[in-house]
Amino acid sequence: MKWIRWLLLPLLLVLATGLGYAVLSLPDQAPGLQSAVAGQLEKSGVTNPVTAVLLNFRGYDTLLEMVVLLLALLGVWSLGASPAACEQSTPGPVLDTLTRLLVPVLVVVAGYLLWAGAHAPGGAFQAGALLGAAGVLLTLTGGRVRNGLGRRALRVALVAGMVAFMAVAVLTLQSGRELLAYPPGQAGVLILLIETAATVSIGVTLAALFLGGDPAEGNER
Amino acid sequence: MSIASLYALVGVGLFSLGLHAVIVYDHLLRKILAINVMGSGVFLVLISLAGRGGNSAPDPVPHAMVITGIVVAVSATALALSLMLRVAAATGRAELGEERGD
Repeated sequence: MKWIRWLLLPLLLVLATGLGYAVLSLPDQAPGLQSAVAGQLEKSGVTNPVTAVLLNFRGYDTLLEMVVLLLALLGVWSLGASPAACEQSTPGPVLDTLTRLLVPVLVVVAGYLLWAGAHAPGGAFQAGALLGAAGVLLTLTGGRVRNGLGRRALRVALVAGMVAFMAVAVLTLQSGRELLAYPPGQAGVLILLIETAATVSIGVTLAALFLGGDPAEGNER
Repeated sequence: MSIASLYALVGVGLFSLGLHAVIVYDHLLRKILAINVMGSGVFLVLISLAGRGGNSAPDPVPHAMVITGIVVAVSATALALSLMLRVAAATGRAELGEERGD
């Protein structure tokens, strides 16, 4: 088996050289799609081109991305109950206070990023990642929100983003437009609506992915 | 050589390094990490190629693709880690394949 290892290195070098050559042979100046995006930007309802691409011009990409997140969580949950990794731990006073201070800050910053996504770098995924981080922080420091709502609330939060997206998609189809082609007047509001629901879903999904396994007791964040 | 192609070359290097690690190492955690390194290389190539528009703003479409890719990579990594924990719990080792006797 040793000789295969020695064969592997030159093969990988050939691959890397080929890829490097391909990258270098691309033209230094390429117009790209920024002028096309900039031309349609005022119809998109937002002024940040990346958000416009994500949620308006290529909205179905983002819709399917929500599905991917949900599928990954279903895959994790199908493996059974969560492993013993997330046992209750009792943090010291410093860690406890820090968490109590940090989690609200994380939530506020997530809200800011969500709002800023319309005109500056930011948006649903960044905000969702922060919410997920808050959930992970709470989990690691032993915080458990004992909610009486249980699994149903968790599941509603998990699918909220996808449901909002699908509802808008069906509405646009119903009103005789293409799939996810928002009417220019309401595009900004619709994008904000989708992004808000998606932020909650992404945050809860990421935290649930971190927990791993079906939360049998229905305790989440 | 422009700064964009330098970043792109670094991305190609990361991709190749990750591919090497995926093939060479047996431990599943190393494989998962290596796949993430490969993904980071691809993202770096995409982002660097988005900045080739001269003085105008960078191309937003590759940026949107990368942010989609990051989310997909995170969820795939979480699934892979869960599967790895299952394999470790079932077999006692976080590796695939037969016991190597030879």
